[in-house]
Amino acid sequence: MKKIQILGTGCPKCKKLYEATQQAVKDLGIEAEVTKVDDIAEIMKFNVMSTPALAVDGQVKATGRIPKSKELHAMIS
Amino acid sequence: MTISKNPLVFRISLISGLLVLWALVYSVLKRFSEYLTYSAFHLASGTHIGDALAFFLYETPKVIMLLTLIVFGIGVVRSFFTPEKTRAMLAGKKTFVGNILAALLGVVTPFCSCSAVPLFIGFVQAGVPLGVTFSFLISAPMINEIALVLLFGLFGWKVAALYLGTGLAIALVAGIVIGKLRMEKHVEGWVYDMRMNGGAQASQKLTWTDRIDYGRQAVKDIVVKVWPYIVAGILVGAAIHGWVPAGLMAKIMGAHAWWSVPLAVAIGIPMYSNAAGIIPIVEALLSKGAALGTVLAFMMSVIGLSLPEMVILRKVLKPTLIAVFIAVVGVGILCVGFLFNLVL
Repeated sequence: MKKIQILGTGCPKCKKLYEATQQAVKDLGIEAEVTKVDDIAEIMKFNVMSTPALAVDGQVKATGRIPKSKELHAMIS
Repeated sequence: MTISKNPLVFRISLISGLLVLWALVYSVLKRFSEYLTYSAFHLASGTHIGDALAFFLYETPKVIMLLTLIVFGIGVVRSFFTPEKTRAMLAGKKTFVGNILAALLGVVTPFCSCSAVPLFIGFVQAGVPLGVTFSFLISAPMINEIALVLLFGLFGWKVAALYLGTGLAIALVAGIVIGKLRMEKHVEGWVYDMRMNGGAQASQKLTWTDRIDYGRQAVKDIVVKVWPYIVAGILVGAAIHGWVPAGLMAKIMGAHAWWSVPLAVAIGIPMYSNAAGIIPIVEALLSKGAALGTVLAFMMSVIGLSLPEMVILRKVLKPTLIAVFIAVVGVGILCVGFLFNLVL
């Protein structure tokens, strides 16, 4: 099972990315656990400076933006 | 002719077409607004309602069109700069040179106040000196590209250059001052204790197609969000334009009222507005005789220092440092206000 994490301190964009990712997981029909990481110390462990960021299995895939759905599908699959 | 399958060629043709259309519409806006007001609605020129309506009908589409163009262009430019690259450029830089670079990079690096904390920690941990970090943190929100180009569009290049130059100067000097004050102990301790995984991050390669889409996304995000503020701002501007007598503002905000600058800054700091919404008000105030220094000081304190940003920064900065930050930048803005009122 994939572990997908949305890193963000709670700005509107972070919420949007969270929703888009959940939707993408549903669309692809994959087994994945999507979680939000909003603790700043935890976020910094990913060496990320602009939120929202997306990490799949601990690997940062995108920072500071919301990827388009096609891109998002490629990142999480 | 078939539409090209190449996404880049398609985007470039679309943009060229839109640009031509933009220029055509822009060139007839003034005449169109006057035709609507004075001929279609039969309002007489020189009356309060007539002048206010003409102002509103001209400024609204003009500002929104300028904004769309600018936000798109800046969006494309910004796709070349990331906070990570900026940090790499600033790491280990000495005071002064580092401060200059940080102030300049603050202008072009994408920045949102909700990312201020991770950005601050990232900078400090990479060895960017505290004063240099502050130069960046001051210039990034204060020199707002939207404000810059709107000032250029509405008042000409001199006012825009003044805003850019003085904004950079404040970021530079305030950063150096904060660096000299040795405020490191007023940063929350956990910021230094935290270990960062120095792991290399998958770099994101962007193509020109991506960059154009980045610009388009910026337009969607920003213009869609701020247009109601712009309309509201222009409505207030139109009211001032039509009804407030010219002498009134000159008395309250004119160059001779020395207390107007501190007052403008004191009102501006807790206020938070987006740059696009405040410009039409600025224009109206200026046209009624308010002094340029006072108005610039007001605008800078509204967009450069904001309560929400301070609340966010409180997570990493102790109250003393926040107070120093506000004080140093506030004094810088005051100086700019006084200087312009004196010189112009």
